[in-house]
Amino acid sequence: MRRRGFSILCCALVTATSLAGAPAAGARDDVTLTLVTHDSFAISKSVLRSFTRETGIKVRVLPSGDAGAALNQAILTKDAPLGDLLFGVDNTFLSRALDEGVFERYRSPALTRVPAAYRIDTTHHVTPVDHGDVCINDDTAWFAEHGLAVPRTLDDLTKPAYKGRLVVENPATSSPGLAFLLATVDRYGEDGWRAYWERLRANDVKVVSGWEQAYNGEFSAGEGGGDRPLVVSYASSPAAAVYFSDPRPTEAPVGTVLDTCFRQVELVGILRGTEHPRAARRLIDFMLSRRFQEDVPLQMFVFPVRDDARLPAVFTRFADVPTDPASLAPSVIGAHREQWIDEWTDTVLR
Amino acid sequence: MDRHRPALTHPVRSVRPLRPVRWILVAVPVAFLVAFFAYPVATILGRGLWPDGHLDLSPLGDVAGNAALRDVAWFTVWQAALSTMLALAVGLPGAFVLARYRFPGRSLVRALIVVPFVLPTIVVASAFLALGVEPSLGAILLAHVFFNYAVVVRTVGGLWAHLDPQQEEAARVLGASRLRAFTRVTLPALRPAILAAASITFLFTFTSFGVILVLGGPTRATLETEIYRQTAQLLDLRTAAALSILQLVAVVVLLVATGRFQGRRAVALGLRAAAVTTRSVRSVGERALLGANLALMLALLGVPMAVLVARSFATANGPGFGFYRALGELRSDSVLFVPPADAVVNSLLFATVATAIALVVGGLAAFAVVRHRRGRALEAALALPLGISAVTVGFGFLIALDEPPLDLRTSWIIVPIAHALIAIPFVVWLVTPLLGSIDPRLREAAAVLGASPRRVWREVDLPIVGRAFAIAAGFAFAISLGEFGATLFIARPDRPTLPVVIYRLLGQPGAQNFGAAMAASTILMALTVVAILTAERARVGDIGTF
Amino acid sequence: MLTIEDLTVGYGEHTALDGIDLTVGDDEIVCVLGPSGSGKSTLLRAIAGLESPTAGQIRRDGADLAGVPTHHRRLGLMFQDHALFPHRDVIGNVMFGLRMHGVSRSEARARASTTLALVGLAGYEQRAVHELSGGEQQRVALARALAPAPSLLMLDEPLGALDRALREHLVDELGALFRTLGLAVLLVTHDHDEAFALGDRVAILQDGRIEQIGSPVELWTRPATAFVAEFLGWNVTRALAPGLAAVRPDALRLGTGNGRPAPVVVGQVARQTFRRDHWRIQVELADGTALDVELRDTRPPDVGTTVEVIVDPADVIALPD
Repeated sequence: MRRRGFSILCCALVTATSLAGAPAAGARDDVTLTLVTHDSFAISKSVLRSFTRETGIKVRVLPSGDAGAALNQAILTKDAPLGDLLFGVDNTFLSRALDEGVFERYRSPALTRVPAAYRIDTTHHVTPVDHGDVCINDDTAWFAEHGLAVPRTLDDLTKPAYKGRLVVENPATSSPGLAFLLATVDRYGEDGWRAYWERLRANDVKVVSGWEQAYNGEFSAGEGGGDRPLVVSYASSPAAAVYFSDPRPTEAPVGTVLDTCFRQVELVGILRGTEHPRAARRLIDFMLSRRFQEDVPLQMFVFPVRDDARLPAVFTRFADVPTDPASLAPSVIGAHREQWIDEWTDTVLR
Repeated sequence: MDRHRPALTHPVRSVRPLRPVRWILVAVPVAFLVAFFAYPVATILGRGLWPDGHLDLSPLGDVAGNAALRDVAWFTVWQAALSTMLALAVGLPGAFVLARYRFPGRSLVRALIVVPFVLPTIVVASAFLALGVEPSLGAILLAHVFFNYAVVVRTVGGLWAHLDPQQEEAARVLGASRLRAFTRVTLPALRPAILAAASITFLFTFTSFGVILVLGGPTRATLETEIYRQTAQLLDLRTAAALSILQLVAVVVLLVATGRFQGRRAVALGLRAAAVTTRSVRSVGERALLGANLALMLALLGVPMAVLVARSFATANGPGFGFYRALGELRSDSVLFVPPADAVVNSLLFATVATAIALVVGGLAAFAVVRHRRGRALEAALALPLGISAVTVGFGFLIALDEPPLDLRTSWIIVPIAHALIAIPFVVWLVTPLLGSIDPRLREAAAVLGASPRRVWREVDLPIVGRAFAIAAGFAFAISLGEFGATLFIARPDRPTLPVVIYRLLGQPGAQNFGAAMAASTILMALTVVAILTAERARVGDIGTF
Repeated sequence: MLTIEDLTVGYGEHTALDGIDLTVGDDEIVCVLGPSGSGKSTLLRAIAGLESPTAGQIRRDGADLAGVPTHHRRLGLMFQDHALFPHRDVIGNVMFGLRMHGVSRSEARARASTTLALVGLAGYEQRAVHELSGGEQQRVALARALAPAPSLLMLDEPLGALDRALREHLVDELGALFRTLGLAVLLVTHDHDEAFALGDRVAILQDGRIEQIGSPVELWTRPATAFVAEFLGWNVTRALAPGLAAVRPDALRLGTGNGRPAPVVVGQVARQTFRRDHWRIQVELADGTALDVELRDTRPPDVGTTVEVIVDPADVIALPD
């Protein structure tokens, strides 16, 4: 009788502590987790060290190319995974990840602090960590010099006043390019987006292959001194442009056209076949902790998903967060992505 | 003396039947190729064409039937051919000038022309774009010549430096004009080196990725960019496998054609020490030739590189080392941050290991190619990694090298191995023309004087080809520094190198990030120059003095 | 003592050497004389181990050389085009053989210097090989072969690339050198003067077979076959005796046949050539064949003149058919 009571108490304790996300007293896992990420992953050493101090778990980060390549590598090595967790799947590729079954389920208790808008995987195979909206950025100085108003909506971009002013990336080869395409699909519907792009094409939109070329090559406020004041980039780009300048300007040289944004949510998941599921879960919980979430902006220049995470000053001052960005269900994206890219190529490039 | 030098009246053949030590010449390169190329590539192609346990060749049919893909394949071939011809046209005069003429600063110029080879494509492309070049076919060709100039100049120049000028002079005395003497005497002697340079350039431009993406604009695609899309983005392994096989077929056809065109083994040439064949410029015509070529190098290569260097110093507070300092400070608290000194050390470490592997495996292969009847096949097989998509090889590593004895996919050694795969053909193709031109009687003379076969190799072959080895070592080092090939597409071990640092910096907005990327590029360029200069001056005993 | 027995070397359908029997004694100079393509070089290469015999034996002092690799045979071979190492200077070339046999660097250098002096190239040690004239290169090649003191020295057309005056001078020098050193020497050449001046014995090689072997005097006065006779410049004809016969051009005279029972043939002068100290005229006979006649101290008759050719029967040698 007593024993049963004791074991119930034990179970209750364990359950309670795991729900709370806090380490059970004395429960140190002396393991090394391998976190497979894409090449843009960044987090402070001190933050990871604090995790190791608290839990005994060491984290080894393994960058693996861009986000798409990293996921595809994980799919390819499904039977002999490269690591324990994969960070960097986003909503555009989520459906493929789920279809291939590369992840194990885990519902973190910390999800309660994440708004519903970001909880895009209801099956709980992946957990949201940050969001980075893809938006059109504008060169504020250029518009001031030319006495032109900054465009406010997607429709504005097709106006004659902005002819030859926009540079976008090819959705076939660029993640922000794809995101912008999806934004137009969401806004104009599956039957109307092609007409929009025809208008953009008539308005002399320039297409390049990748973000680096667009931003630091063609964008007038980028480092290449290009001649186009409108570029598809990120909502956080203004903050980054300020943060990474010496000396730091007082005004943001770059603005965001909020109507053009598309929500991108980045997710982390436990790779099926991991030898350390418990430690992996603890890491996921940690990634949703305030400590980690508040470190994310200045490291990866994306926004935390946790509702009570404070943003650094450079973000609050210079980065505008869209309140109602475009978005599409991951399953819809997964079903039509290739078809839309092909149609886009037909409409814009041929 | 020449009158009485007989042409080889009978085929050169091995004096002895194959002895065990000769097998090593062939076995080591073949084993390397099989373990780190054939096996991974076969595995990934198998995933595409052998799903669910039975062979399914329908993707090949799909690809062949797809008009758009056929166009892509055709474009890939002809842009590579055109690039190669342009690179040869521009590079051959440069090869001559740098091999034969002595002038102040010569070693430095020879080292500087290799630098483009090393630079990440996106960095070079940004320099071109800054200079006003618009994405177009012309931009692609320009960039290809930019990157491959050094291949032509140093491959052909390496042999040219050893040709006896008297042979051409003899022809002119016999009544041939300068041009005829060149085309009838010198060009045939240079043929193996020219073919080597052309093959390498073709293969590089055939699998060119970054240049097509950035400077070709979104309307242009090659097999390589398509394979990247199919493999790394769409994970459509079936189509990717079919396209890879298409690439493989094209490359094999090229290599076989080149092999045929080489003809029989090189005629023994009267080789001269390099120091002997060079002289200072004398006539006005020669001055003009030298000047024109130097001007071309300055315009084609020097200006874009100067743009990069200038940008690395152009901080907002005026010219200074601000960006270099930023390199050490930016995001230094980040977990994937590597101090630039560490990145440099990692780059040098990988480059040294890759060069060592390439010289050993490639050196053995070069000797095997010259000595064995089937050497041509080995030469061609070793060149395949140049022509196969780096994505295919990289992903092949991932799924093939995951269990003992080859459980290497997360080991640091996979990086220099991948680099060596690209560098080995350089070693083979730089060394064999020179090696094949050594009069076999020299080896026989040494044997009669008491040199065992190993000693013959050490006393005759090695000193004469030492220079070619030095040039090849320089290329191998540069290839590794520039992170060519599969390592861009695979999981990297946690030892970032300079190009990786550059790519990461270029992925974020901000003047500091960009400037630091330029600074890192400048450091990369400086490292390359130092490495090449060192390789050129290397002397091991009397090796390297010829 | 080198003994070659029934040596046959063939590759493909071409037989380079066919049943060669030859000996070279210690202290003896044997010259193998033959036209281009007769297999001379192949003979040397087979002895050196650079070609594999199809049949036959090569023995040195009784020991069979089959299976002994080239670098253990300790023979000297001077190549037709010298094959000097371009990446080494003169002394580096000459010391090579000594170094291969384990002699220390300083001793090898000293001995090489001595050998260079022996061939008349004292002081040439540091010179680069490509700077040397043909004659100097030939001497370096000789010194290189000599320096390791081989038991048998083989030379392949050693004087082929040189001008006549130098060649004649060097023939004398070489002969003196070989005799001084007491070497066994096997020399192959296509030049009659060289072979007869240097050789203790001369072998005539044709199409891989030895046609005749003997002392220079023997060969010169008694050629054994039509080929040897023609090779040595004799007239081979059926016009002077029943069957095939040979007669030397300088044994023929022009003139009247009265008073002597000498064979006479009649013909027309077809050609005249001046050769330093004699005239050589070609007389075309009635049966269409020709005879070469050497005339000294006489002006030759004009071309087209009908002449009588006279010879002493003792000078006519019968040849096997």
